[in-house]
Amino acid sequence: MFDYSSVLSRTVVELKKSGIRKFFDLLDGRKDVVGLTVGQPDFVTPWHIREAGIQSLEKGKTYYTSNAGMPELRAEICNYLERRFSLRYKPDEAVVTVGGSEAIDLAIRAVIEPGDEVIIPTPSFVCYEPMVRLCGGVPVTVKTTVENRFKLTPNELRAAITPKTKMLVLPYPNNPTGAILTKEELEGLAEVLRGTNILILSDEIYAEMTYGRAHVSIAAIEDMWERTIITSGFSKSYAMTGWRMGYLVAPKPLAEQMLKIHQYAIMCAPTTSQFAAIEALKNGDEDIAMMVGEYDRRRRYIYRGFLDIGIDVFEPEGAFYIYPEVEKFGLSAEEFCQRLLDEYKCAIVPGTAFGEGGESFARVSYAYSIKHIEEALNRIESFVKTLK
Amino acid sequence: MESILKLLEDNATLTPEQLAVMCGKETGDIKKLIESYEKEGVIVGYKTLIDWDKTKRECVSAFIEIKITPQRDRGFDHVAEKIYNYPEVQSLYLMSGGFDLCVLIEGKTMKEVAYFVAQKLATIDEVVSTATHFVLRKYKDKGVIYGPQEIDERGNCN
Ligand SMILES: Cc1ncc(COP(=O)(O)O)c(C=O)c1O
Repeated sequence: MFDYSSVLSRTVVELKKSGIRKFFDLLDGRKDVVGLTVGQPDFVTPWHIREAGIQSLEKGKTYYTSNAGMPELRAEICNYLERRFSLRYKPDEAVVTVGGSEAIDLAIRAVIEPGDEVIIPTPSFVCYEPMVRLCGGVPVTVKTTVENRFKLTPNELRAAITPKTKMLVLPYPNNPTGAILTKEELEGLAEVLRGTNILILSDEIYAEMTYGRAHVSIAAIEDMWERTIITSGFSKSYAMTGWRMGYLVAPKPLAEQMLKIHQYAIMCAPTTSQFAAIEALKNGDEDIAMMVGEYDRRRRYIYRGFLDIGIDVFEPEGAFYIYPEVEKFGLSAEEFCQRLLDEYKCAIVPGTAFGEGGESFARVSYAYSIKHIEEALNRIESFVKTLK
Repeated sequence: MESILKLLEDNATLTPEQLAVMCGKETGDIKKLIESYEKEGVIVGYKTLIDWDKTKRECVSAFIEIKITPQRDRGFDHVAEKIYNYPEVQSLYLMSGGFDLCVLIEGKTMKEVAYFVAQKLATIDEVVSTATHFVLRKYKDKGVIYGPQEIDERGNCN
């Protein structure tokens, strides 16, 4: 017998299997479940975007592009960021990646060395912490609270900073809580960071999905541009998860180092997807408006739905998740979700899957039709009635 | 409040309560609005899209191009009225181009439709000619694709 344990990297073996994966494994192959678990749009990629990908294949554009991505795509990314968020980047400060996921990986790998501390507000998306660990870095999680609507506060940030702090992950608009940061709130965090040597990894993949107010990037705040790596992508805003298209933008001295990792690990992002992405950026603004309008209506609907059932929840302002509190039913998040699944065949994800601070919450996705949401809410209501 | 119209056009089953929540309005206001749209004839009716091919019911439809000689003073409206009053006529449009009226007819069999065209449409005085095009398959109607039922294949992965 081959002794695998003797060959595998200890760091990798010690990585925790993500809590969300454990929960999703329970759902595999079950058709009787009405779930609100999926973290991706229910829209199909708009046809003109799909068509651009198809046409590129028809024309035989099946080559590698340059490592950083097609020049036209990088130029369109810069146009887009300026048009939507008043951000100034040059094409050689952009790297086209395999999803926002790869962009996050590059940002962390290019910067973090053993012992470096990375501040990660939680609850948040599951990938930051393991990526930091893979580099030998030390994740310093900061538990945000429902009282502050899950926003990282300047005081919490200040308290987490040590001489070893190298990076702050800013995961807003937030998966799983739906929290966003306003310009004023970003100013407050900027004030803490000014004068330090701390970089910001700003994961802005949900930037288009804010409701009632436009997204502001930390890079647009005075003195922050030079210390910020923005990671983003096409998955959420253009309903393009399967195309695996993302990007990062950062000052050139950072971007060119991240590009080196990308060059060796990936070569270039998929060419077909790059052609589709160009079309998305050029002619996709209306598609975004249509989809975000629909998410907004579902958001109001599901928010009211939870309030009517008598479940405490704060009104989400971004992404397509809502984060109800289940504490008052005397069950942990995991028990609540497990029993909801077993007894009422309805699936939502326990907050614990997203790091510390999720013990009494659940993540609910509203990337579903109103009809589906209604059915799920009915099941949750029936379940909750048995608990009172 | 055009958006209410758009939402109802896509899904007539939304209740005023649901619409109110989705749009951040009061239910009473939405009810009033819908009533006024109905009164003004902006909202003309509510129907359900049915793919009859998936049922046992026999059903064929045809588009009929009609050329007519319009009457002095009455234009096309008078002929149009004669035609649309037949319950077999599902839709009727006045067209630009090579013919004048386009009629959508539904019937149980091709024979029934052909008979209707010959007996009822072709015999109208102003009708100069008809051309019948039977529908072989409906792919999409009112923005809705008529295909196999969609299943949610999205992976649970994040
Ligand atoms: C907060 C956040 N960042 C990044 C990603 C990565 O998305 P992708 O790799 O598809 O661009 C996700 C996906 O769920 C996410 O929720």
